[in-house]
Amino acid sequence: MTTSSFMAFLPELVLLSGALVLFVLTLGESQGRQARIAALLTALATVAAAALCLGQHAVLFSGAYRVDAFSQLLKLVFASGLAFILLLSGRLPDIRDQIKPEYFLFLTLSVSGLVMLVSCVDLITLVIALELSSYPLYLMVPMRREREGQRSQMESAIKYVMFGVAATGIMLFGLSYLFGLTGTTSLPLLIVRLQPVIHSPPAVVGLALAFCGLYYKLAVFPFHFWTPDVYQGASNETAGLIASLPKIGAVAVLVRFVSLSPSDNQVIALLLTGLAMASMFYGNLIALAQKDFKRLLGFSGIAHAGYAVVGFVSLSTAGYAAALYYIVGYMLMILACFVVICQVSRDGTNVAIAELAGLHRRSPLLALTLVVGVFGLAGIPPFVGFMGKLTLLTSALAQGHLALVIVAMINAAIAIYYYLRVVREAVFGDPAGNQPPIALDWPTRMLCALLIAAIVAFGVAPEPVIDALAASLGGLNLPL
Amino acid sequence: MTPTTSLPMLSLLIFGPLAAAAVAVLLPNDRLQRWWALISTSAIAAFSLPLFWRFNPDTAAFQFTEHASWIPWLKADYALGIDGISLLLVLLTTLITPLCVLASWRYITTRVKEFMICFLIMEAAMVGVFSALDAILFFVFWESMLIPMTLLIGVWGGPRRIYASIKFFIYTMSGSVFLIVALIALRIQTGSFSIPGMMGQPYTPDFQIWVFAAFFISFAIKVPMFPFHTWLPAAHVEAPTAGSVILASVLLKMGTYGFLRFCLPITPYATRLFAPYILGLSVIAILYGGLTALAQSDLKKLVAYSSVGHMGFATLGIFVLNAHGIEGATLVMINHGVTTGALFICVGIIYERLHTRDLSEAAGIGKYMPIFSGFLGVFCLSSLAFPGTNSFIGEFLVLAGSFGHSKVLTACAVPGVVIAAAYMLRMLQKVAWGGTRNPDHAGLTDIDFREIVTLTPLLVFVFWIGLHPQPFVRVMHPTVLHLIEQAGAALPPAAAALP
Repeated sequence: MTTSSFMAFLPELVLLSGALVLFVLTLGESQGRQARIAALLTALATVAAAALCLGQHAVLFSGAYRVDAFSQLLKLVFASGLAFILLLSGRLPDIRDQIKPEYFLFLTLSVSGLVMLVSCVDLITLVIALELSSYPLYLMVPMRREREGQRSQMESAIKYVMFGVAATGIMLFGLSYLFGLTGTTSLPLLIVRLQPVIHSPPAVVGLALAFCGLYYKLAVFPFHFWTPDVYQGASNETAGLIASLPKIGAVAVLVRFVSLSPSDNQVIALLLTGLAMASMFYGNLIALAQKDFKRLLGFSGIAHAGYAVVGFVSLSTAGYAAALYYIVGYMLMILACFVVICQVSRDGTNVAIAELAGLHRRSPLLALTLVVGVFGLAGIPPFVGFMGKLTLLTSALAQGHLALVIVAMINAAIAIYYYLRVVREAVFGDPAGNQPPIALDWPTRMLCALLIAAIVAFGVAPEPVIDALAASLGGLNLPL
Repeated sequence: MTPTTSLPMLSLLIFGPLAAAAVAVLLPNDRLQRWWALISTSAIAAFSLPLFWRFNPDTAAFQFTEHASWIPWLKADYALGIDGISLLLVLLTTLITPLCVLASWRYITTRVKEFMICFLIMEAAMVGVFSALDAILFFVFWESMLIPMTLLIGVWGGPRRIYASIKFFIYTMSGSVFLIVALIALRIQTGSFSIPGMMGQPYTPDFQIWVFAAFFISFAIKVPMFPFHTWLPAAHVEAPTAGSVILASVLLKMGTYGFLRFCLPITPYATRLFAPYILGLSVIAILYGGLTALAQSDLKKLVAYSSVGHMGFATLGIFVLNAHGIEGATLVMINHGVTTGALFICVGIIYERLHTRDLSEAAGIGKYMPIFSGFLGVFCLSSLAFPGTNSFIGEFLVLAGSFGHSKVLTACAVPGVVIAAAYMLRMLQKVAWGGTRNPDHAGLTDIDFREIVTLTPLLVFVFWIGLHPQPFVRVMHPTVLHLIEQAGAALPPAAAALP
């Protein structure tokens, strides 16, 4: 490996050596605290490495792995997301002490899978990276403590695995079609050879099936069934991870796949439109009836996946950039909600919406974080959720998808109701009984402040982020 | 001719309150919070006055314009500027805010810091709405106001505050979702989000109709026009005094301002097409608001329903589409801000003393509160458009404008004035001179210095606009003429040929 390719691979190397350190730690006696510090240091080092390698361009591993502006930008996002998640997972009350090092090991491995995912330009490496990001998650879900004979974590883990494996199978089936049509697994070659036959049924079916594995990660209808149960069954911190970073990975890969199809492919556009509409309606309408806050976020997550798909319908760079921007903003907002869940639930149990009552008296900072996060998800300016929806809708309407835009806005209006229910409990209500104030440690305070600042800053000054994303999309899938 | 200015006045008026809110985060106690809010909002009010002197009243062009690149990717810019109509509304906002702080001096006892921060953020957003010349900037300010206002009602409001705040939020938000779709559609037609750039473009009739419909739903909810008004009484009744004042004085004006800024110049064809129906709704609002106010026993509800009637006059004036009508409508907007704001403060004063807003419970307090009765009398007379007070000028101009448009319509609207006299005099008569001696009233004290200071500026405006409206009409006259010209624009020849 030359120096330049070493530099290009630096974030992955840092992350993997961190994972190795964590693996060594898992061999000793329960060293949860050390493991967390090691993981946090790894995350910070990865952030630094990713920032350092922003401008790198390289092709590694015989053309299977591409380091470009797009992948490096997203690696920075993943590294920052990992740091956020680790700040969030302070106490881990629902993970037994003995397995905490393993928990952090799997967490780091899963994120390293995502980090590699965005660089993969070969179907095989891509599937492997996707699985590397998934399998640790399958293990993290059942790591939750058993309580009162209840084993919901097992049920949800099995659901998660079953759906995951099935979705991967369908995806591989679709990829086999693409391989059959083109005789290659390399994406840059694929795009060239697919061009003449792109409107043929096998190509469209192949692409549509290949999307399925990503829909599953993103929780797009009809691949959403695992979402609410896994959110509910997994520990709060794990659900926070599942809800945020893998979705960015899915959108990133979806960008690579969808951009295989030319912008006038009506079948793909129609398919995406249908999925987006179904996800939005399904997620929002069912979220209206939820009592558990995590389940509510699960269903709202399905709706948000629908919004993200709106960006793909336009089959234009503007739309992809908007979808990426939206999902990065979504990560910030959903993490803001999960910080609150993790802190409100002292013993790691799930949080009902009613338990948020009077949060503003118990901890004003948490209440503010929740309000910013939830209003952001609802798409109220000046938060990032609004700017994200605006960019998505502008890109879709620019391609003439008026019906989709109107459906999206109707859904935004429906969603207001359940988000307001959360705000109502947290801000307008009084604490039930004698709830003690919630004391926050400094990493949590810092995380809250960071998330609020980022949600507002991304919403008020979106230009640098969207610009960087749009620019990085320029060189996507081009043969090097 | 835009006056050259070294200071970005409008930006300072938007970011001033935000900076003041940031300072308020650090202040330790409630007393300091109140004083800081009062000082900062008064300073901002004083700072906004030069806008009026330095405004060039001979042109319809936007003045004090500022322009900076914001989101080039979306073609959305940071563009500010005011014309004759928005000038008055910006000044109304900056002048009414310190009075709201004064009116909540003793009423708000819990979470004073958060209350004042909400208020300062709202002031920034309101000035932003009236001075934005970019559709996205406008929409951001328009929506940003929702959160502080909802918190204001939901945290500091009355017993049914949660119901009222959520109703308010859902109503206005569902209006705005259509607004944003219309704005994006316009952006795709014109290539940028610039509001002046959207005006006077050759849109097809179909496009205009859809865009107008989206605008209409959003603005009609905000005004609120009959039948979208049901959130208003709930929000007014439950909001704290200052919340009611700001809601009546400024927030409702955002709807009528939207009609003037977007509907008339951007979709002139659809405006003319739908004007008769909107005029009909306006007359219904005038009569319905008046008759409902007549039946209220809750003072706040009475004033809230009178708002529906007054705003009916504003929309009536706008959609007769002539100079008298629109100038009258703008004056009605200002007058309603002054008078109804004052009436809500008066109701708040009664509530602080009696802890009830029931009309019969408040009957006869005039015996113990002579100074207050004087103020209340003037504001009631102003509200029923008594000659010599501000509302007379506004409603007279609106009726004069609508008379030129349709005599039947005017004949239907005129009883609204009579009904207003009936419900306002009924309230005044009961409160000031009403019947029996109520033992609860024995300990009543008249309004103190702070309350007099709160009400006096509004009193001054009641008579100033009532006796010498010329300065106010003069600044908006060229703008209004320009607006009528834009609203009368013919369809492009190709489009006009369509069936």
